[in-house]
Parts: sequence; structure tokens; C-alpha cells
Amino acid sequence: MFKKDISAGSKSKVKSSAQRGIRSKVVDQYPLLEPYMDEIMPKKEQLDLVKLPDRVALYTLSSTPLFFQHMDDPLLPHLSLIHRYPSCFPRLRIDRGAIRFVLSGATLMAPGLTSAGGRLPNDPQDGDGEFGMEELEPGTVVVIEAEGKENACMVGVLKMGTAEMKKVKKGQACEAGHYLGDGLWGLDLR
Amino acid sequence: MAEYPKQVTYCGVCTLPPEYCEFGGTVKKCEEWLKDNHPDMHAKLYSQEAIEQNLSTLSLEAQKRAEKDSQKKAAKAATAEAKAQEQRATSKVIIKRIERNKRKYVTAVQGLEAFGLDIKKVAKDFGKKFATGSSVTKVPGGGEEITVQGDLSDDILEYVVDQYKDIPEDNVECIEDKKKKAAG
Ligand SMILES: [Zn+2]
Repeated sequence: MFKKDISAGSKSKVKSSAQRGIRSKVVDQYPLLEPYMDEIMPKKEQLDLVKLPDRVALYTLSSTPLFFQHMDDPLLPHLSLIHRYPSCFPRLRIDRGAIRFVLSGATLMAPGLTSAGGRLPNDPQDGDGEFGMEELEPGTVVVIEAEGKENACMVGVLKMGTAEMKKVKKGQACEAGHYLGDGLWGLDLR
Repeated sequence: MAEYPKQVTYCGVCTLPPEYCEFGGTVKKCEEWLKDNHPDMHAKLYSQEAIEQNLSTLSLEAQKRAEKDSQKKAAKAATAEAKAQEQRATSKVIIKRIERNKRKYVTAVQGLEAFGLDIKKVAKDFGKKFATGSSVTKVPGGGEEITVQGDLSDDILEYVVDQYKDIPEDNVECIEDKKKKAAG
């Protein structure tokens, strides 16, 4: 989505009614963020909407990017927000070999997740249940972590359900929404 | 439950979390930065053990591909750096004394952005340093310059050369722009 460098378009203030709407959408989509919402989007502070190319809207708190959205698609968290609240999102893990593909903006392929270094929900190798027990449906927003790394490297929308991935072990798994080093990551919001 | 928000350190060179620097084209610079700024993190990420472990999780074929890939990226980064250096070498910073009214001057500074400086920030620094009004204004014909209130050409020259080591003294020029009115 942000393979190229982008620059910020017009910036406008989000009305307080709309701001409440966004807040409740965020909580609906990411219930685990609820306890932190007053920190992430303090009620009294002004949320801004920054227009990005290709009908993407980015919500920011002064110069801190929070969520972005393509048209009426689900709100996706910016990676810097994910890094601050890592376990509040559905997560998967890719093996080390897949990292450089993800960082170059490629669509994530299933083998990167189904291999020994990858992790899916309800994974026998995931003793602590860190990656959840419930299979995820196509269309779910997932945060992609990486083998041997502490911080997530991508967030995107699943193209294939995780149960299906385990079965077929090939094909496109997740669209590259936003990844470390992409245009959104490099966006200058000052 | 973990303590949130979690504090994450980002690389001062490539902006990614330092654990991902290895995938960019500026690993050497990234490593130096980390060593200088976060020695504990550097010790962890760049230990022999860590490097070996990173390699052991990849097949031989994948290792070769990864190596080729990082060579390509490094070459790309080197070309970009060379280009930037060349641009720096041929760019000029112009400090211009402008007479606004009789005996009232402003000083305009152009060309700092070619040296990778954020001119909004520099304008603020000028204001603080010289305790005067300093702002970024648009130049007719495109671009921006910093306008500082007062006749400060020499002081700004000294400050710029002193403060921004990337700007060679020879690349800074002071000029005068006299709006000649009929002598009164
Ligand atoms: Zn780096």
C-alpha cells in the first residue's frame, strides 16, 4: 500500500463527534486496546486527519500517527502504535527467511507462516499460547511479528484464513498493508 | 500483563528498530550509531553468538540469497550517499544582508536544505541563538529561505560553519542586497 515514498496531503481537525465515532470503532475492532484508549486518544485532545495518496486517511495526534484507513476499510494501526501496545492485536509470526521479503513490500506467502520458524494461532510449537488459540478468518487485520525479533514488522489484512494456511501451506497469506521502512513509516508529519 | 506503552528504541540512521537494521543497506552506519548511543543493545544484537544464530536459521541457499540481497542494498545506499555528498560539495549556502529601511536590516539564509537540514528547525535555532525573530519564508520562484531580523551575516556564518560540520566553510557565502533608495 505504501511501497513508494509518500508525502502528507491536507490536514484537518476531526470533529469531536467524529472523534468519538473513531474511538468506538477502534475499540470494536481491537477490544484489547480499550484499557489504553485514554492514553492513545485522550478525549480532550484534538485528533487530526491527514490525507494520503490513493484515498487513504491517516489519523494523528499532533505528529504521532495512530491509525490509517483506505476508504471505508477497517482501521489499521500504525506500526509505531503496535510497537507501544504489541499484544493488543491478533498476531502471527513469520520465519526469519521471510523478513526481507516483507520489508521489500511483497505479499506475505503462507510458507513464511507455516514453516518451523513461523507461528499461527493454536500452534503446537507455541507453548505459551502467545499467538492465540482461535483460527483467524480471511479479512482479519493481523500484526506480523518475526522469528528472533521483538518488534512487529508489518500489519495487513489476511487473504487466507489461518486454518486454510495450515492445510494447503502455500499461496498468498496476507496483503502488505504497512511494513517497516515503507512510505507510511517514513512519512514526515512535522 | 505487560507494562504499556512499551518504549521502543529506533535506529538513528535507518529509523527501524535496531534489530531490523541488518535488512537495510546501511548496516555499518547503523551498527556504529547503536554502539555510540545504546552500547548495551549493541552488545546484544551484534555479538558473535547472535550473528551465528541468525545464520543458522537460514538454509545455505537462503543465506546466499540474503547475502546477495544485502550487497545490492549496500551498493544502492552507497550510490545514494555518494550522490548526496556530491550535492553537498556543489551546493552553496547564501547569507544575504538586506536593507529593509534605512539602517534596518534582515538577514536571509538560503540553501541549507541541500545539506540535509530541516530549515524549520534551523530557523528556530537561529531565533534562540541570536535572541531575535527568525522565520521560514517562501522565495518567489520556489523554495524557502530563513529570514532573521537584524544584521547578523557574520554571526550566522560563524554559527553555521561551527554548528553544521557537513557544510564546508568554502560553501558559505555572504552577500549584500541593497535596496537603493534615493539618499535621504
Ligand atoms: Zn539502522
